Amino acid sequence: MAKVPVQFTLNGEEKADFVDGGATLLKVLREKVGDTSAKAGCQQGTCGSCSVIIDGELRLSCLTLAETCGGAEIHTTGGLATDGVLHPLQRAFMDEFAAQCGFCTPGMIMAAKVLLDRNPNPSHEDVVEALSGNVCRCTGYEPIIRAVLTAARSNSQNAA
Amino acid sequence: MTIRRGRGVAAVNYPTGMNLGGDPSQALVHSTPTGNFMVTLSSVDLGQGLKQVMAQICAETIGVKTEQVIIDTADTDTGPHCMGTFASRGTHRIGNAVIQAAREARQVMLEVAAEALEVDAGDLDTDGDGNIHVKGAPQKSISIFDTALMAHFKLGRSISGRGMFLVPRSYPEVETGAMKPSTCYAHACTVAEVDVDDETGEVTVISMKNVFEIGRALNPKMVEQQLVGGSWMGISHALYETTEPYYPKRDHAGTDFNEYLMPGPGDIAPTEIIVLERPAEDGPYGAKGPGEMCANPQIPALANAIFDAVGVRIDMMPITPERILRALREKQAA
Repeated sequence: MAKVPVQFTLNGEEKADFVDGGATLLKVLREKVGDTSAKAGCQQGTCGSCSVIIDGELRLSCLTLAETCGGAEIHTTGGLATDGVLHPLQRAFMDEFAAQCGFCTPGMIMAAKVLLDRNPNPSHEDVVEALSGNVCRCTGYEPIIRAVLTAARSNSQNAA
Repeated sequence: MTIRRGRGVAAVNYPTGMNLGGDPSQALVHSTPTGNFMVTLSSVDLGQGLKQVMAQICAETIGVKTEQVIIDTADTDTGPHCMGTFASRGTHRIGNAVIQAAREARQVMLEVAAEALEVDAGDLDTDGDGNIHVKGAPQKSISIFDTALMAHFKLGRSISGRGMFLVPRSYPEVETGAMKPSTCYAHACTVAEVDVDDETGEVTVISMKNVFEIGRALNPKMVEQQLVGGSWMGISHALYETTEPYYPKRDHAGTDFNEYLMPGPGDIAPTEIIVLERPAEDGPYGAKGPGEMCANPQIPALANAIFDAVGVRIDMMPITPERILRALREKQAA
């Protein structure tokens, strides 16, 4: 199949590659670019583990064709920590024991990041709504919801 | 249409481990040249924290900090044999194997230190902070770092240990049928409160209150995490999840994730967890298996709560709105 050139920024870094026509962004991120932080769960848009941020919007990378991402700004959990310092969401997920097997965690954190970018002081219901496209097998969700609320509080304390 | 409130209670005894031809696990422990300890296992951490707890158990037994222990679960082809991570057996079976291996390694470590300090190994103790000293004379001491170096480069000794824990297969006595198919038992009791809509059959879980007795909680935060997740999983088994259709034909069943009903963050119920610790005599530092047990009592508790609410007893999982409505109709017809 003919390769398609595609160029985008991933976590602030420019990436360019030739991808198979029809290849998903998830596959390209994991197998060509080498960023495996987005997880391949159901690969049909049901579980949310592949969630990434494309131009500020939460997207399922398993349902996004890589060739449609030309010029896009893509963010993944792999780029959240800066200079070895964890992002407040990552720190909160650890502090609140919000992960067990960890497979859903990158998607949960991306969904939470889009929420907090738009709404720095979300309610419990806001968090539930924001995470409603992501499934978790292990935690029972409550620790994850608590982690997102904790991260929001620590953000607002740092801003104050 | 009426929303009816109901309350149900259920309790479980849950065995740790299993009884299929014996239930063994092995562990190997050895020190690095600089006095860290490597635990080699074939056991797998599924995310429940097995590696963390094994590091704690090894550290406690040898007398070092948990950070000084490395757990290697790399390869089931090359590691010492383990039956696996299932049947709530990990902490108990593998933990006991790690204790035995760590005891042997500690003994060698103390023998090497005894040679360096020119004392009897029986007079030595660890301070838990990286040093070995003569009991009652803490100034006469050697670091574990130096002890390991000495073992490796001067004495030619391997600070290592082998651990094996086996629960032999139990056969029933011919006369009485009595047998001992498992070791210690964990326990749980749950009170579930529900609202049932008698027109739609929908169940809303108002609250789940759980008490778990799990031996000793070796890592209380991880135990809590397991129990909270398990309680939710119990609700999920009771009310939502199935691979079997409840439509007329199997052909109408779900075929993939899209059609497998797993509750999301909007379906959780307020959950309360109380942990009781009654250390098990045969458990590693008293631990039992909290794993699978914690997802069980919610199911009968919910079935009982639904019975209390609308008077129908559903004996098939999951207890879907359709099953409740069919049972209500049958009850009315009777």
